[in-house]
Amino acid sequence: MTVYKLKTPISEEEIRKLKVNDVLYITGIMVTARDQAHRRALEYFKQGKPLPISLEGLAVFHCGPLMKREGEKWISVAAGPTTSTRMDVFEDEFIKNFKVRVIIGKGGMGRKTTGAMARYGAVYGAFTGGAAVLAAKAVRSVRTVEWLDLGMAEAMWILEVEEFGPLAIAIDSHGNNLFMEVQKKAEKNRQRIYQKLGLSP
Amino acid sequence: METANIVENVAFNLLKQAVIYLPEDVKQALRKAYAEETGEAGKTQLKAVLDNVELAEKYQAPICQDTGTIVFYVKAGAVSKNLDKIEEALTKATRKATVEVPLRPNSVNPFTQKNSGDNTGRLIPYVNWEIVPGDSIEITVMPKGGGSENTCVMGMLVPGEGIEGLKKFVVDAVMRAGAKPCPPNILGIGIGGGADISIKLAKKALLRPLNEPNPDPEIAELEKEIFEAVNMTGIGPMGLGGKTTVLGVHVDYAYRHPASYPAAVAFQCWAARRATARINSDGKVEYLTHKMW
Repeated sequence: MTVYKLKTPISEEEIRKLKVNDVLYITGIMVTARDQAHRRALEYFKQGKPLPISLEGLAVFHCGPLMKREGEKWISVAAGPTTSTRMDVFEDEFIKNFKVRVIIGKGGMGRKTTGAMARYGAVYGAFTGGAAVLAAKAVRSVRTVEWLDLGMAEAMWILEVEEFGPLAIAIDSHGNNLFMEVQKKAEKNRQRIYQKLGLSP
Repeated sequence: METANIVENVAFNLLKQAVIYLPEDVKQALRKAYAEETGEAGKTQLKAVLDNVELAEKYQAPICQDTGTIVFYVKAGAVSKNLDKIEEALTKATRKATVEVPLRPNSVNPFTQKNSGDNTGRLIPYVNWEIVPGDSIEITVMPKGGGSENTCVMGMLVPGEGIEGLKKFVVDAVMRAGAKPCPPNILGIGIGGGADISIKLAKKALLRPLNEPNPDPEIAELEKEIFEAVNMTGIGPMGLGGKTTVLGVHVDYAYRHPASYPAAVAFQCWAARRATARINSDGKVEYLTHKMW
């Protein structure tokens, strides 16, 4: 296990050094995107419309934060990750088109995303689900918000973060996927569990 | 103060307590899981969980940004007055908490996809009513996160497979859920009654404190057996591998139809938020889960 501290924009070369089980802390620009923002971003790409911010080398956070408005400023109150599997349908195109280097979320992602991460050079950093205050405290400032018409949770929040983490590297750019490994091990335990409960397989 | 105002105040306090402070039994279970975890990844996750619980209290901020769908359980004393004013008071309290705590607006019209912005909408906050003897009103709030709600399952099992079929159903549900419901989880298991009754019992069972096994020793034994079995999966904290996949298993049941074996598993994430208070007929309020209030 190696601990990495990277600043955005992150290059492909830098990201390819990371392996599953490493720990990453990020400083720089992080952009939130959930289901609706992913969908809209890909529609923009199809229409040749630019995104509000170039995502190249940045971190995208699967997060619907709880924000509070104080005068003209937004303050992040709680900003933990949401379940990433819902974004699986978009993520390979997303990584390919926007050259994002780090996807942050919880619960892991599937084969298609793992493949795209290997091909284009990106990693998945798992942030502890529910640890929303820990995350919010690493947000130095909310630079701006885009697509607020999608609602607070689904909008694209552009955040400046400092040592955001710990992120457990659960998918690296070499085809390894820790969640799938754990799931595979659990699958192997299934028969042992059935036996303990006196069940027929 | 009249009942509606008292209820609104109490419900607001309960919402605030629930989303910021985890109940003591849940904190204890998380600390125990951290002490006993041997896997490196699992340990890191539980450390972040415990740090976060502390930070939430320190900064008076919601533990998790997903402050959930707001669900109330009301035990209404049969002779208490102004019961017809309670639902409106709970709705008002939810609106106020959304702005002042704050809570994330989590109530979306399923047809237009429009978020109401204040955590209310048709049937939301949802109120589960129970009529009990007496003249006091007990209110519990359960802000229920979406991640763990998404892995809840209900099934009509084969009656001939009996309790074995149930055990398999639960193990399979935990395996399928994997990392998604933010483990370590609490499992609520509801059996019998009918499709609707089983899932209602399962969800309500999540309110029982972790240090209280089922009062029926045979069911308590079943809870323990399932607890040990699902912790053998190795899914672990946040699905990154480890010893603790669930913090507790709570079973409740109703008698079933001879032809049916309804069963449901309700998942609760580690941020198992709940808060209860009792309002006596003289207007005196007792906070039952968060005593420092």
